Amino acid sequence: MSVAIGDKAPEFELPDTEGASWSAPNGDGATVLVFTCNHCPYALAWHDRITEAARDYADRGVRFLAISSNDADRYPRDSYDAMKARVAREDWPMPYLYDQTQAVARAYDAKTTPDVFVVDAEGRLRYRGAPDSDYEDPGQQAQWLREALDAVLGGEQPARAETKPVGCSIKWKA
Amino acid sequence: MSVVDLELLWWEGCPSTERALAELRVALADVGLGDAEIRMREIDNDAKAEQAGFRGSPTILINGEDFAGADGDDIGLGCRVYRRRDGRISPTPDPDDLREALKQAAARER
Repeated sequence: MSVAIGDKAPEFELPDTEGASWSAPNGDGATVLVFTCNHCPYALAWHDRITEAARDYADRGVRFLAISSNDADRYPRDSYDAMKARVAREDWPMPYLYDQTQAVARAYDAKTTPDVFVVDAEGRLRYRGAPDSDYEDPGQQAQWLREALDAVLGGEQPARAETKPVGCSIKWKA
Repeated sequence: MSVVDLELLWWEGCPSTERALAELRVALADVGLGDAEIRMREIDNDAKAEQAGFRGSPTILINGEDFAGADGDDIGLGCRVYRRRDGRISPTPDPDDLREALKQAAARER
């Protein structure tokens, strides 16, 4: 199953590392979903750029939700406990949600870590793909994601609505 | 025949194999080992990963040894996290680290 640009984004509810429950889309504004994990070099390389964008757009009503969907049985570094430990030692401006059943990743057809989805206030998917064009260049500053958010906040469809996600494959349960 | 034995271990879940191979070839040419053969070995299950001491893709063996050492990543199917000399996280090794390791390996074998 996958969701196309302009489609209603699948609804979900997941726990964060503090045990609080988060649902999306929630109708309060734009939401950015970032499928990510603890150990992928691509996800780690892009992480600071994504968190910087989360801080920059927080006062514009944009909510960022990081989601880990990897099979934690085969990849213990992505366990719920490992997620909690990471958030405890780092400064995260967004909750880190645990998709234990992988249902959310499947509903969005997430491919990689990272894989970024922008959902507008009406709950429609407006962007999907990579944060920017080069995981190795911090100067890119998650430009594709920012362009998409600027368009959505301006009531427009992003000119670049879909890019190829780049990163480690999501580790599916057997 | 080259003085170094090279093997690149890879897993299909990481998109960095081609880049790692290209960077390894450049590093070899840079240190005068451009004729070295690089064997490619796919690691596609946990048993193979365990047997090979595979700490993620890509892993480069120089004369049978993991040039990046055994610290950090766990053994298993995954993408290896390297750190460039400037501190950036990368899915492939720093080319300077590769060149240095290749030079040292070649010097030991000569």
